Amino acid sequence: MLQRSTETREVPVATIAGVAMPAWRLIMLGAGLVVLAAIPFVLKNFYIFQITLAIIYAIAILGLNLLTGFNGQFSLGHSAFYAIGAYTAAIMMENLGISYVWTIPVAAIVCFVFGFLFGLPALRLEGIYLALATFALAIAIPQVLKSSVLEHWTGGVQGIVIIKPDAPFGLPLSSDQWLYVFSVLVAIVMYVCATNLVASRTGRAMIAIRDHPVAASAMGINVSLYKSLTFGVSALYTGVAGALGAIAISFVAPDSFTFVLAVALFVGLVVGGVASIPGTLVGGLFVLFVPNIAESVSKGLAGAVYGVILLVVIYLMPTGAAGLVRLGISKLVKRR
Amino acid sequence: MRNAMRAWIAIAACCLLASPAVAQKKYDPGASDTEIRIGNIMPYSGPASAYGTIGKALAAYFNKVNAEGGINGRKIRFITYDDGYAPPKTVEQARRLVENDEVLLILNSLGTAHNTAIQKYMNARKVPQLFVATGATKFGDPKNFPWTMGWQPNYQSEGRIFAQYILKNHPDGKIGILFQNDDYGKDYVKGLKDGLAGKMMIVAELPFEASDPTVDSQMVSLKASGADIFYNVTTPKFAAQSIKKAAEIGWKPVHLLNSVSASVGAVMKPAGLENGKGVLTAVYGKDPTDPAWKDDAGMKEWVAFMDKYYPDGDKSSSFPVYGYSIARTMVQVLRQCGDDVTRENVMRQAANLKDFETGMALPGITINTSPTDFYPIEQMQMGRFNGESFVPFGPVLSGEVGGS
Repeated sequence: MLQRSTETREVPVATIAGVAMPAWRLIMLGAGLVVLAAIPFVLKNFYIFQITLAIIYAIAILGLNLLTGFNGQFSLGHSAFYAIGAYTAAIMMENLGISYVWTIPVAAIVCFVFGFLFGLPALRLEGIYLALATFALAIAIPQVLKSSVLEHWTGGVQGIVIIKPDAPFGLPLSSDQWLYVFSVLVAIVMYVCATNLVASRTGRAMIAIRDHPVAASAMGINVSLYKSLTFGVSALYTGVAGALGAIAISFVAPDSFTFVLAVALFVGLVVGGVASIPGTLVGGLFVLFVPNIAESVSKGLAGAVYGVILLVVIYLMPTGAAGLVRLGISKLVKRR
Repeated sequence: MRNAMRAWIAIAACCLLASPAVAQKKYDPGASDTEIRIGNIMPYSGPASAYGTIGKALAAYFNKVNAEGGINGRKIRFITYDDGYAPPKTVEQARRLVENDEVLLILNSLGTAHNTAIQKYMNARKVPQLFVATGATKFGDPKNFPWTMGWQPNYQSEGRIFAQYILKNHPDGKIGILFQNDDYGKDYVKGLKDGLAGKMMIVAELPFEASDPTVDSQMVSLKASGADIFYNVTTPKFAAQSIKKAAEIGWKPVHLLNSVSASVGAVMKPAGLENGKGVLTAVYGKDPTDPAWKDDAGMKEWVAFMDKYYPDGDKSSSFPVYGYSIARTMVQVLRQCGDDVTRENVMRQAANLKDFETGMALPGITINTSPTDFYPIEQMQMGRFNGESFVPFGPVLSGEVGGS
């Protein structure tokens, strides 16, 4: 007892404006939840729809972040897993008549299996070579979805139109409001799981593999198994996002899941901050809103404006939004 | 007391609504005494950005309309957004236009999948999705989608026109078909078969996948089938391959090429101009590069428009011609609306176009619609490639699909 109290006296608690850091974290989390809860009752349906999409992209980026940020594997092919999740949801809802609620876990399982299986051979590849292999996946997926073998299920080039679900139990919500609530609930589950995963033994193993694969393996970590599993979990997250995305857009077509989407997810990852879980939310917002901002600046040069914004963001925040926040906190803490 | 007051107001309101003489001017969101807001979605960026020219031509034409005083005194505000040719973005932009910008209607949004993605939404919202930029036959279905209308000849109409031509000129021929195995290809084949009504023999019907590298083997099989009429339903890359291959293996059938690939630059040049001589297609618009139209009044008007309002535009491209024609049709619909600028009346007038001429369609080709006919252009003329351009010949043929 005595020993413990002396210990706490020796370790100074980092504070900002007199409030301890863990308390700050709780305050921010609480404020975030309040904002999330207020959105459907304050904003117009169109903005609710946009924020729903941003949250969905954030989940997909979280999946990519688990792979790239915490496990050090590159992927330019996550649009493929997004597509598989989306088509799983669409086919279940329209061809099999299953409720949209069940499409989320099924899309998760399907994408986990796909990701794990793709991860196995990809293990032999490192860094940019893996990026290239996943790039091939991203290029192939739209073509595969168009092929006549699968056309009966995928609807070929025309895609599948989905009926947007209404709020259940007679809740007085519009379908946009309900989809927002539904997506936020799924997102909260996914974020809690990801936070716990990263903080767990498994998470430490993932990070150890990222930092030093040889040392990790010397410590008794089964590197290949963990890498494949991480690939699977990463695909699972992106697939869940894909399924949610399909329901929110209420349409899937091969042209929805091109390489451009894979790059967008990658951009979101970098802007939000590599290996930061809250940063993925910033990434999701960036992916959705910045192209619109660029377009409103100049229609003809939207691409160039987007590029300039991206350059400025990377220049000002070289470690992403999460890095900027960390830097700010460390400055504030030091001053005290 | 309060209740009585309310009742009186209600009665007064009912009277106002009931008597047509009092309330002449009627507006929906997006229209007012001074302004009509029109939305549009184009792929200004991404793999199909070449189509962006259409959006620019539309904007230029509405500038001209505004400079000349607007329509019935109302200026047009044309709001156009980029979807990068990605259907999810199309949905987002359509919702932005309808819910945020509160446009009266969405005009000429581009792409088959992209229009499919927003069709249900537009119809549920009862916002006109007018003159969509795709030839898919499914966008003229007033029974199920009364708020969606196409514009250009649909694929099935074109198939029927080809059928009429061969029934008249080559009734004893044997037909070989090469088609892309998707909705677009099947639409074309269905149109041809409906038009033939079983009167001619189809000896071979070979599909290919959009993902196939070549159609060489299909071409060899088609020649071996003994067909002497070749119905070529392919997109530009495969069209060029097939024309080239036919020349290589010495197969010289009556060659009917779908208008999707009737492009000198993208198809005939890569295939070899010499190889393409005599290839037939169906056309409905005036080709701005064809010297035959040099003194044509409609063409002169278009050139003047391009010079004044869209000077950066490429005058040899068919896209500005297309945008110009769409915009003129839109203006005609709004003129017909008069002071009743509601979404319902817009659809009513769009379905009530009678012999409207865009000025850039071939002589004799006019726009006609009715409450049961949501296919504005259903006439085309056969065109023959002379080594430089597709020259229209013969009578104007009609390929009406359903409706009347």
